[in-house]
Amino acid sequence: MTKEFIHVPSAHCETGAVSNLLRSYGLEISEPMIFGLGSGLTFAYLKQIKINGLPLIAYRMPPKMIIKLLSWRISGLKFKYETFRSEEQGMLALDSMLANDKAVGLQTSVFFLPYFPQAMRFHFNAHNLVAYAKEGDEYKISDPVFPDLVTTKEDDLQRARFSKGALAPKGLMYYPSEVPKSIDYDHVIPKSIRFLGKMNGRWNPVPISGVHGIRLLAKNILKLEKADQHYAQLFMGHIVRMQEEIGTGGAGFRFIYAAFLQESANILDSSFLHERSSELTNIGDEWRDFAVLCARLSKNRKGQNYSDAAKQLYKIADMELEFYQRLSKFKK
Amino acid sequence: MKKEQTPQQPHEMYEGGSKVVYTVNADGKYELSSTTGWEPETIVLSQALEEIDRLSQQALLKVQQGHSSPLEYHMYAQRMDLQMLAAAVGKFQWQVKRHFKPSNFVKLSQKQVTTYAEVLGITDTQLRTIPND
Repeated sequence: MTKEFIHVPSAHCETGAVSNLLRSYGLEISEPMIFGLGSGLTFAYLKQIKINGLPLIAYRMPPKMIIKLLSWRISGLKFKYETFRSEEQGMLALDSMLANDKAVGLQTSVFFLPYFPQAMRFHFNAHNLVAYAKEGDEYKISDPVFPDLVTTKEDDLQRARFSKGALAPKGLMYYPSEVPKSIDYDHVIPKSIRFLGKMNGRWNPVPISGVHGIRLLAKNILKLEKADQHYAQLFMGHIVRMQEEIGTGGAGFRFIYAAFLQESANILDSSFLHERSSELTNIGDEWRDFAVLCARLSKNRKGQNYSDAAKQLYKIADMELEFYQRLSKFKK
Repeated sequence: MKKEQTPQQPHEMYEGGSKVVYTVNADGKYELSSTTGWEPETIVLSQALEEIDRLSQQALLKVQQGHSSPLEYHMYAQRMDLQMLAAAVGKFQWQVKRHFKPSNFVKLSQKQVTTYAEVLGITDTQLRTIPND
């Protein structure tokens, strides 16, 4: 009964899950395209939200936002979201979808998924995966950040879907209820690109996000020179983890977006977008250099200081500002 | 990042796993490349795990000396902190903190113990005890 599920490994869990899910519903759309049309790229430094006592540093839009923007922009694409009060009902609803040969996206906690390496299992509640079949008490899973298909036992999946705490998934299950036959790229690509430029660039009113957010982080790194040594080292390590660990595609999503710009350049035959794509690739490489600096500081190797890292970050902020300003004026 | 620069620095923490990143190939085209690991990443992941280890050993010592309850040890050992645990069980932080006091912890109802054990992903018996070395 089970048809073969085409699993394409991806860099980011949310966009990857949606890409694999839509393919199984008959719409071919790549991961970078979803990330781009959902205007996912940003930066945010949220001092108030603490993870293990360290501020949240995000390189993309909050979970679910990308899918919402995507279905808002693409006409004819609608997603249905379901959360459950009762765990049993949540599992039954999943089973009935799978029995009809319909794959669904699920929000889960990484901590309760046994196929993850022990070292990577943290209490992160917003991991997305696709369930596409059930055999006995085992679910067949297409986990976007794994190279191959995986399976998981019913108990584990139930626990992962109903984990508690910040961003608790509450069994969230989602699937497309309406899928368009094709997408009007000429219309949606320029729109999403301009939106992204405005959201992150000079006219962004939110002082903790976009380029402003990057400068704010740089300022806070400079303050670390006088802070407690242990805390400062943890802080630097934390930045790299937020930027590179699981599912950012390298350089905190900069490379995914550059891939989107390239794909769009080919669709719209635009040399402007080809240039922007390589510009962002350069910015991404600067982010990787920044990660190397941070990792060294987190180990407290001699000859490193915090002002080097901050300087690198100010440089990135200037480069990104120019980049976003150009995007915000993009016309096809 | 160029395709040929894709770091391949595996570490036992990844248990032989890999992940994909977006890289530029020789023709300037973006494509997916598989990476087995990158040193800066492994440095900071080990650092995070060491910090968890340090906190749970500290808590373990406190439990052995009778200054704290096993709950505090298991909270750190299961990679949580006070803020996360409180959010997960739907309590205020000061309420959870109260249960770090051994005399309060032994008085907890079975239901409360189960709630804590469930969010930590361990059994009730495990939660009531600490590993003996």
